[in-house]
Amino acid sequence: MADNGKLKLGLYWAASCGGCDIAILELREKILDLDVAADILFWPVAMDFKYKDVEAMPDGHIDVCLFNGAIRTGENEHIAHLLRQKSKMLVAFGSCSHLGGIPGLGNFFDRRSIFERVYLEAPSVDNPEGILPQTSYQLPEGEVIIPKFYNTVKTLAQVEDVDYFVPGCPPQAPQIWTVIEAILGGQLPPKGSVVGANEKTVCDECEHNREEKHIKKFYRPHEIIPEPERCLFDQGILCAGPATRGGCGALCPSVNMPCRGCYGPPPNVIDQGAALLSAVASVVDADTEEEAARIVGEIVDPVGTFYRFGLPASLLHRRKLEEGS
Amino acid sequence: MRKISIDPITRLEGHGKIEIFLDGEGNVANAYLVIPELRGFEKFAEGRPVEEMPRITPRICGVCPEAHHIASAKACDAVYHVEVPPTGRKLREILYSAFFVADHTVHFYILGAPDFVLGPDAPPAERNILGLIHKVGLEIGGRVISCRGMGMDIVGMLGGKTVHPVGALPGGVSKAINEEERAQIEAWGHELVEFGQFGLQLFHDVVLANEAYLDMILSDTFTAPMYYMGLVDERNLVNFYDGKVRVVDPEGNEFVKYAPEEYLDVIAERVEPWTYLKFPYLKGVGWKGFVTGMDSGIYQATPLSRLNAADGMTTPQAQEAYEHFYETMGGKPVHGTLATHWARLIELLYAAERIVELATDPEITDPHVRNVPTETPDEGVGIVEAPRGTLTHHYITDERGIVQKCNLIVGTTNNYAPMSISIKKAAQAFIKEGQVSEGLLNRVEMAFRSYDPCLGCATHTLPGQMPLEVLVRDAEGNVVDVLRQNID
Amino acid sequence: MSADYEPRIVGFLCNWCTYAAADTAGISRMEQPPNVDIIRVMCSGRVDPVFILKAFAEGADGVIVSGCHPPGDCHYNSGNYKTFRRMPLVEALLEQYGIEKERFHWGWISGAEAPKWAQLVRDFTEQVRALRPLNWKRELESKEE
Repeated sequence: MADNGKLKLGLYWAASCGGCDIAILELREKILDLDVAADILFWPVAMDFKYKDVEAMPDGHIDVCLFNGAIRTGENEHIAHLLRQKSKMLVAFGSCSHLGGIPGLGNFFDRRSIFERVYLEAPSVDNPEGILPQTSYQLPEGEVIIPKFYNTVKTLAQVEDVDYFVPGCPPQAPQIWTVIEAILGGQLPPKGSVVGANEKTVCDECEHNREEKHIKKFYRPHEIIPEPERCLFDQGILCAGPATRGGCGALCPSVNMPCRGCYGPPPNVIDQGAALLSAVASVVDADTEEEAARIVGEIVDPVGTFYRFGLPASLLHRRKLEEGS
Repeated sequence: MRKISIDPITRLEGHGKIEIFLDGEGNVANAYLVIPELRGFEKFAEGRPVEEMPRITPRICGVCPEAHHIASAKACDAVYHVEVPPTGRKLREILYSAFFVADHTVHFYILGAPDFVLGPDAPPAERNILGLIHKVGLEIGGRVISCRGMGMDIVGMLGGKTVHPVGALPGGVSKAINEEERAQIEAWGHELVEFGQFGLQLFHDVVLANEAYLDMILSDTFTAPMYYMGLVDERNLVNFYDGKVRVVDPEGNEFVKYAPEEYLDVIAERVEPWTYLKFPYLKGVGWKGFVTGMDSGIYQATPLSRLNAADGMTTPQAQEAYEHFYETMGGKPVHGTLATHWARLIELLYAAERIVELATDPEITDPHVRNVPTETPDEGVGIVEAPRGTLTHHYITDERGIVQKCNLIVGTTNNYAPMSISIKKAAQAFIKEGQVSEGLLNRVEMAFRSYDPCLGCATHTLPGQMPLEVLVRDAEGNVVDVLRQNID
Repeated sequence: MSADYEPRIVGFLCNWCTYAAADTAGISRMEQPPNVDIIRVMCSGRVDPVFILKAFAEGADGVIVSGCHPPGDCHYNSGNYKTFRRMPLVEALLEQYGIEKERFHWGWISGAEAPKWAQLVRDFTEQVRALRPLNWKRELESKEE
């Protein structure tokens, strides 16, 4: 704590969309309470402190650092190590730092194939010389450096020692506030815990009526108009709720859209996609191999669906890299 | 050459840094806005079911996820050749208008207003939301938070989540609204219209009434005539949700008007090796380097450009504000970048009026809000106006609706070249003979700021400290001077 | 290089059927290469997909899952029904992860089919040998950036 008794807070975004920072804004009036309780020492998206300011801080100077965003580039990793050094507590905040998040879907591909699409192949690109971004480039006036784009997206914990994980894409405001209060009150569970979520699954919070599931056919969300009172999964719409930690309020199902798992695996599950696969398979109504194969064969993009937010965190982490990656 | 690095750029969405190179006399030879980030959505979309794109693409930007959500849904509609029922379309537009109000609120009040209400030369300690509150009253901060909240709550009501809403999918939306919800949306809509008028009044009383600010808005440093882009309806009036994209030239005459599926005929993107972001430009004029004008294909897509590209607004109060804007600024088109702040407030009012119009539409509680697609999917383009600019989503799928190819031209990307030019102009105006002054720090940022909304928020209530460090390096890269502001 | 390596294969075998067959094959000294590390489970329905993924992640070049023939042989009646509902999805997952389908085999071998087990071990070992070592973790690390 600073001499004024306020919590010294830092917030940073790596390969991020900014949604976790807007999530802080979703505290609404509570932001004023946060301002009373904390001094923000670093928050590039909202304040003008620079990397140099962090480098100049003594080690452990920041009490709590909320780190959102995945590790996609060398700069993301570098700042992760820097902030670990300068912070007493490092919190992986949001899906991307927790599990890899949507940018983690980049793990189907590698640097070469991504660059080729973005800078050479995309139909609006005008690049006859086949220019690609370089980590170091000599302009007429001098050198410009940009960070290295890694082949593989990583979670924060895969590159640094993390104290706590706050799940969600983004974490919902009521839970963010609960976490802040827990930090201010010194009421945190053991290191390495997931905080800001509950110990059940999304199904527990969902208000749709669940019955026993016997699925003969899976539907993609746009293929049918489901009965709004009934569980979506009961009706054949793949929903990650059974394999997703609860705490978000089941907001997506509340507007009749299936959960896609952004709060990550439930307690004691190490691979969310495998858990969801089991849940899906267990409701398939088939008594022969052929029928089972037919029913599950209709599920498109299983890895991209079962690991929508957590491909980097999965056991296998990414699609196999080809020779020459 | 000596190099001044501003790293990172702050109070913006996204990562960036500015590299300023000084010549032998210490004047600015060139300035580069370098974007050091890339995530690769255009590639990892491949293999994804297209109906999931409205849930994947919002993660391009968590400040304007609604823009991606809606643009993506429209692209999906086109891919599936499915028509959205009128109520479904209107619900999408309510969500979108409410989001526009919230997003423009964040940008103007927390980011832009302090520079004007307090002035660019005000002590940094005062040049923030706190200083603004001291000057005009505590009521404002609370009202800003509360009105932004109303906009976001409408988004949440229709889309489940406020950040990264779901609910729009090919053929419509996932949930209809009942009378209670409708009445709530209407009530909030009325409050937001009042809030919209309040903002314009504030701008009048504090900015336009002050000659120094007016001069700044009209000043040459912040003025760069170029092509202007915006989505318009069939009467060439501003529409954020749908229509055709219209581009006018620096003199205000229509240069091209295209339907979404024609975008490749009009826009191309350049690649530079020193940055991860691409530079769009108009093919019909061509890339002529980092210059603007009639002969350069560089265009901007911002609130200002939307007003310039259109002939007016569809809602009465916004139309009045629109006319007043051009009268005051001396006609169309307006080139002063800082006038974008004013344009943004007019758009805020328009979006609020649209909420009320749509919430009082007789069909709005109709339960038929989605059509199930029946055609074979193949290819489609969806375009909306994101708060920061025209947003284009283009998907090609196989016959099962699995994305094969994806192309995106995102709002801010349109403005990459204009921003670069604005920064260079500002740098050249304020750095002379190697003297780096405090005015540079703020004015270069002001040139940038008017293009982009940002996450400045009420916690940015540290007393105006804009800690900033500018490093001046010699030709070998050694630091020879350090200019600091508010850093101990 | 491929010819020189010894594939490491993990086999999840159900206690009542395939494990018994493997036992018999061993006792009967049916010829088999030693490349399969057997993990006995009480039922093929016990095989959580995460076991298969973990096996590959931890260095297996190939994985086998084998149990009792449906519809009637399962000691627990319908455990193997769960197996055949899951395995096609596991196959689809592995394909998207870029793991060749030749590395994963699932099926049914009863306690009386010891020769079938021995043949599977011979054939599958050669099939996996013909591919490169998977070396999942090490490959990832070497191509990390």
